[in-house]
Amino acid sequence: MPILSHWKQIKRHWQLYVCLFPPVLYLILFKYIPITGTIIAFKDYNVIKGIWGSSWVGMKYFNQFFDSPNFWMYIKNTLGISVYGLLVGFPAPILLALALNEIRGGAFKKAVQLITYAPYFISTVVMVSIIIVTLTPNIGVISKLLEAFGVHNSNLMGIPGLFKSIYVWSDVWQFAGYGAIIYMAALAGVNPELYEAAKVDGASRWQKIRNVDIPGIIPVSVILLVLNCGNVMKLGFEKVYLMQNALNLSTSEVISTYVYKVGLLTASFSFSTAIGLFNSVVNVILLLMVNYTARRLSDSSLW
Amino acid sequence: MASKTAIRESAGDRLFLVGIYVFLALVLVIIVGPLLYIVSSSFSSPLAVQSGKVWLFPVDFSLIGYKTIFKNPQIVIGYKNSLLYMAAGTALNVVMTVLFAYPLARKTLYGRNFFMVMLVITMLFDGGLIPYYLVVKNLHMLNTPWAMIIPGALTVFQVIVARTFFLSTIPDELSEAADLDGCSDWRFITSIVLPLSKPILAVMTLMYAVGHWNAYFDALIFLKDPSLFPLQIILRNILILNTIDPSMMTNVNVVLAQQGLKDLLKYSLIIIASGPLLIVYPFVQKYFVQGVMIGSLKG
Repeated sequence: MPILSHWKQIKRHWQLYVCLFPPVLYLILFKYIPITGTIIAFKDYNVIKGIWGSSWVGMKYFNQFFDSPNFWMYIKNTLGISVYGLLVGFPAPILLALALNEIRGGAFKKAVQLITYAPYFISTVVMVSIIIVTLTPNIGVISKLLEAFGVHNSNLMGIPGLFKSIYVWSDVWQFAGYGAIIYMAALAGVNPELYEAAKVDGASRWQKIRNVDIPGIIPVSVILLVLNCGNVMKLGFEKVYLMQNALNLSTSEVISTYVYKVGLLTASFSFSTAIGLFNSVVNVILLLMVNYTARRLSDSSLW
Repeated sequence: MASKTAIRESAGDRLFLVGIYVFLALVLVIIVGPLLYIVSSSFSSPLAVQSGKVWLFPVDFSLIGYKTIFKNPQIVIGYKNSLLYMAAGTALNVVMTVLFAYPLARKTLYGRNFFMVMLVITMLFDGGLIPYYLVVKNLHMLNTPWAMIIPGALTVFQVIVARTFFLSTIPDELSEAADLDGCSDWRFITSIVLPLSKPILAVMTLMYAVGHWNAYFDALIFLKDPSLFPLQIILRNILILNTIDPSMMTNVNVVLAQQGLKDLLKYSLIIIASGPLLIVYPFVQKYFVQGVMIGSLKG
């Protein structure tokens, strides 16, 4: 297309560009400027000199992080919680959706759906409070239940070895129902002729699940799996930070909480940014690798 | 789909179905149990809570937990702040998302791919905590209500969902016809697009509103003044850090009873904080399901 015609098109639809102006300005201010701001990872950030005036230090802060005695602990904790979360959290909604799909749409099915989605709306602060109060020794319902089964416990939140499990299973409790929605939609979209054919062939319920339902949700699952794997290093700050206490730090300190503590609580801006940048780079590489593998092994991928 | 053949099901299939019902019933119990326990505890007496007598139903019914909460000025301020941030933040979110998503759905927009790529890149890369903090600081928003509204003005995911919706519900022919009739883009948006987009606007409003109500991270890093704190930060201080203002314990002298009240307050607070959402939830549930569906069409 000749340039003149582009120009005519732009002029004719100038109002669309006016619409775009505020959101694009927002992206520049709050997304792109911070991306360029990551250069302070290679500088000695000084509040007075500002980002551009501070002096270069090369890889100093990266090396400081790699050499720190706790480096492997942070990596291990981050990956440990993420991978455990993925192994349990990824199949849970699928299992729930497959089970729900087997029963007919009556009051029971509606009730299960309504109630399993509900915890999604609970805020992180309240969720962590629920975890803490239900685990309180002698008072909390889960703690008492364990006691009734003969498992004597003191403060479960203070046992380092339990941190991962508490984190992961409470996540399943909160999000499995919501996560099942997307699989329910995929199951509803399966070609009804396949079910007819399975019935004619005399397939049992289990055979129908294995040969019709599961292949029907594979494309959605692969995409969600790729997305989840791409977030392995991006383990959220919010819930981990709230669940931390002095006793469980050896298993609960992850990269994002460390970035926050180093950066904002001790004001080591450059060091903190270097850790964050290292994390993002590893993460993008992971996402690309997983996406590439998914594309090779199946037809579905992000791009 | 299996309704007509239910009678002819084999024994194995029926057993399988029973297994599924048992599984789902178990899921229900696991989800409802802790919630019921918290609701019941919040309506029990401090002593009953502290001595661990409460299981699934209230013991020594009392409202003392709730009465104490509503006397606390911190919590009242937090509630007000949260409502304010939610209302202002959600309004800005919806406007910004539509302003971005609609042009991206128009083929006549020259440079459409450029803007789309610009949007998607921010999903892959982000500057991290400190550079983000420094931007907000340099804009002089630290410790002001603006920090709770402007930095989260839109989420990429919602823009993509809205764009998908516009692509599938506003046909190109419609905008072309309006174009030929001399209707401006702006007029087309206000008199055609918005009225046709009520479902997605509802979904978007709800999702953003819940996000604002539940958020605590931005408040944690940007706010210092307690009079600006949203409810979630105050909850964190009381529920997780265990710092209760002694003035909350009015008329209670016995140390033991104070400890009991402290425990009881946590339960009542949990209910007060999530109550509004859980009450509205059954009525808006279907919009959320819709939102997830539209989002999954093309992600």
